[in-house]
This record gives sequence, structure tokens and C-alpha cells, in this order.
Amino acid sequence: MAIHEKSLIRPENLTTHENLFVDGVDVSGHWSTFIQSRVVTDYNESLQDEIAALPGGEHIHRCWQCGSCTNSCTVNAVNPDFNPRFWIYLIRVGMESELLRDKDIIWQCVSCNKCTYACPRDVFPEGVMKATAHWLELKGHTPKSKSTLFDEEFTEQVVATGKIEEGRIIRNFFARTDQPLLQDWLVEMAKRIARRLPFKLGLMMALAAIFRPKARKWSDASAAISEYVNEQHAKQKKALSLE
Amino acid sequence: MNKYQRVAYYPGCALEGTGHAYNSSTKAVGKALGLELDEVKDWNCCGAMEVKNVDPKVQTYLSSRVMSIAAHEMKAKVVMAPCNGCYHNLKKAEYDLAHDAASRETVDRISKKAGHETYQAGSLETIHALDWIKDGIGEEELKRRLKGSLKGLKVANYYGCMYTRPRHIFPEKDRGAGSESTSQPHFMDDLLAAAGAENVDFPLKTACCGGAHTLSDSDTSTKLVLNILQAAEAAGADVIATECPTCHSGLEMHQVRAEKVLGKKTKVRMLYFTQLLGVALGVSPRKLGVHENASDGISLLKEKQIL
Repeated sequence: MAIHEKSLIRPENLTTHENLFVDGVDVSGHWSTFIQSRVVTDYNESLQDEIAALPGGEHIHRCWQCGSCTNSCTVNAVNPDFNPRFWIYLIRVGMESELLRDKDIIWQCVSCNKCTYACPRDVFPEGVMKATAHWLELKGHTPKSKSTLFDEEFTEQVVATGKIEEGRIIRNFFARTDQPLLQDWLVEMAKRIARRLPFKLGLMMALAAIFRPKARKWSDASAAISEYVNEQHAKQKKALSLE
Repeated sequence: MNKYQRVAYYPGCALEGTGHAYNSSTKAVGKALGLELDEVKDWNCCGAMEVKNVDPKVQTYLSSRVMSIAAHEMKAKVVMAPCNGCYHNLKKAEYDLAHDAASRETVDRISKKAGHETYQAGSLETIHALDWIKDGIGEEELKRRLKGSLKGLKVANYYGCMYTRPRHIFPEKDRGAGSESTSQPHFMDDLLAAAGAENVDFPLKTACCGGAHTLSDSDTSTKLVLNILQAAEAAGADVIATECPTCHSGLEMHQVRAEKVLGKKTKVRMLYFTQLLGVALGVSPRKLGVHENASDGISLLKEKQIL
């Protein structure tokens, strides 16, 4: 029998015999590939509830496993191991150890929302991907991804001033992730822009870097947002038993 | 009077930075067409693609503050955002505030502490720069006002993700003839065709450029962008018309990166659709910020004898 989604089975669990007869029946060769049976005992029964307690994961229980999300997925087209349908399945049945095999790529969701567009059950798979990536970080299975570090830098600036300044975000993000700012392609990009950039605009950008753009009367909003975010993060930690 | 004649204008952070040319070309095109913009006073960042990952309801609040100022302080009926990110976030906030009690509660709580009126869903209509020109002027009037033409220019129209997805936050789209389509958007195609451009059959109109991870996962973004650039070239396009600053700078950056890191060179140029319309309306390329683009649009427009 054909094995569907062979890529989802670990290679060591697939066996093909060159020459094997069972009860007089020839089961040799590729067409009689076996999947090793196994017993799973380490189900995490609270996995779905924990993901659902994080923003974006609320509707995971609606999933019917139709696969529209994976079928439409931008990142899946670049990397076939990126499989939202499969991860939602693992979370719903509580197979944490299987989920952890893909822990280093789940954060790569680009939020294009093709899955959300295609999903017939309003699971909001894009949100589930974000919730899962956060769950992995909160539980200490992965360090904070570059994407999370970028989001945090961005959000800190918005909360502080109500606005962002792109140059500052790029500089601080590269510093946070220990990457040199002078990468070949960024330098080339800057050169191409500088070739035609009028002096006045260059000066404006330099001034924006020194005097950060700010929304006026922002300090009360800033305090209210911080208070709210801290409350939410405390609630989430409690839901994940991280107190 | 046409309700799009004078609208509240929310440029957003990118249009004061990397998308500066989109800002100046949008204003210049509005001026040439007799459409007026009233910038939202003291606006804040909408949270882009990032704040929602820290907390989605804070993102809803950020958009609601902008809408509160436009609707309740400026008494505007319509707010226009040229950036897909801003446009999408305002639309999403509108949807969430109309449908979700928890979002309303959070926004009300933060708004009260911040000392401004809480935005009430339904007070404001959010539109994109494409809606503004398409429904505020229309192709026929646009044709009458042309001073030049984009004749001979082959254009791939690229709309990106946030202009059409997810569908539920755009209740006015997919309403049949005259409305925008979320699977095959055409407003930009319509406007540029009216300005004389030849739109190529481009299959990746709503593909993703990886904008959310343009720096945090550059390898994936470069692959996605390269795919878009190569598809546009295969369709015969000279230029990709954009309507989002994040897409635009993503395409420009990763075109360079694909060349430097993967050794894949592509020739197709990127111009904001407002820059293309502006050229056809006789506005000087300098006013449209064409020279600010990393991608060299000037030489292409000269080569095609449009400038």
C-alpha cells in the first residue's frame, strides 16, 4: 500500500526488505515498505489548551485537517517541512515530542494570511503559528527567534514614542542579533540609493535618526499600553504553568 | 460632492522614512487630480506586522487611536492610507471593534487612560490610495486629465498580501462588478491601463514578498522576492508597479541581495503606482521622488521615451 505523506515519517521508521516472505506471500522490495509500529506514551494532554491560551491560538479546536492551510502556504512552497496542517494535528492530539522536531522553523511564518484566506473553518492558522512559536519560546524549547527580537525592538519603540524610526530599528535589531550592520548587500543598497538621493532628503533622514519622531501627548497611552501588556503576559505565563 | 474629494490622510511611519517617495508622489497625484488630503493630526504608528505578535489587542488600540482622531476630532468621514500595512490594520481594527467585545473593552480601557475619546466602530470609512483615485476620480476623468502617456510600458501590477487578505476584514470587496476582487485585484491595473500602460498577465499579484521577515529571515525573503521578480520578467514586464512601501522596499532590497548573495541578477524595475500615474499626469519625476528609488526608474522611463 502506498504510504501517504512519507516525508512525515522518520527515515529510521521505514523498512524495506530485499527478500522477505511472510506466510508464503512475497513482501520484498519498495512496494512493500513497512512503517515500524511504535507506542506513544508521552502525550501532553494540555498542549492544545496551552496554545489556545496564547493570542492567535484561540480557534485551533475548530480544525478539520483539510490541509488548505499547508496547500496555500507561502513558506511551505519554499520549505516542504513547513507544514501548518500537520502541526495543528500534533498540537490537538498532544504529540509534543513530534512537534519539537520542527521547533526551529515554526517561527518562519511570514504572516501572508493565505491560510486564513483559505481556511473553511476559521481556525486562523496564521495566529496558531504565532501562538506556537511563542509557546516554544515561553517553554524554553527554543531561544527567542530573530523575528521575536525584531517584534520586541519595534514594539518597544512604538510604546515609548508612538512612532518608529526605521534606521534606529535596523541598527538596534542587528545589534540585538549580533549581526554586522555592514553586510555586502546592505552597503550596495545604500550606495545605489545615495547615487541619486538629493542632499535635502539625506539631511532629513539624518535628522530623524537624531531627533526621534514622536507622537505628542503619548505618555499616558504609553503607560496604559505597558500596563495592559504586562497583565496579559502574566496571564499567559499562568496558563502555561510557568509561575 | 464626492465623498473621496477631501479625505483624512494617514501616511504612517514608512512614508516618512523609506517610503518617502510614495508619500510625495501620492500627494502630487492628488494635487494634479484635484483631490485633497487632510493629514491626521498627531498620528501614531499602526503597529505594522510586529506589535500584533507582542499583543494583537494593543495593535487594535494603535489603529483605533488614529481613527478616533480622524473621526471624533477632525470629524472626517473617510480616512485614506496608502500603505498596505496601515490600511490593513485600520480595516482589521474596524472589524474587530464591530465584532469582538473583548477588543472593544481593551480599546476603551486604554483610550480612557490615554485621555482621548474611544473610537466607535462604524464612524469612519478606511480606504486605500487605490480606492481614493479609482472611486474618487475614475478612469474616464483620469484619462481626460492626462498630460502624457505610459504607452509602450509593460507593467506587472503587484498588490502583495495585506491589500486583500484575510477577506473578512474587507466587506466591500468581492461584491461583483465595480468592486475590488480579493483573488484577482484589478484597481491598479485599471488605473495604469487608463494612463496608457500595457498590463502584462502577472500570476503573482498577491504573492508574498516575505516583508514581515525581510531582515529577520532574509534568505526566505530573498527566495520569495526573486520568484516575484523572475515571474514578472517572464511575463514580459519592464516594471513592477507597487502600492505598499514594505513590498516596494522589500523588492528593491532583495533584488540587490539576490544579486549579491545568490548571484541571480534581474533587470525589472520597481515604481510606485503613484509615480507612474504622476508621470502620465505631467508631474516632474523629481516631485514624484523617482530618483529616491533604489531601482533606477528614470533610465527606464527615458528609454521608453515616456520622459
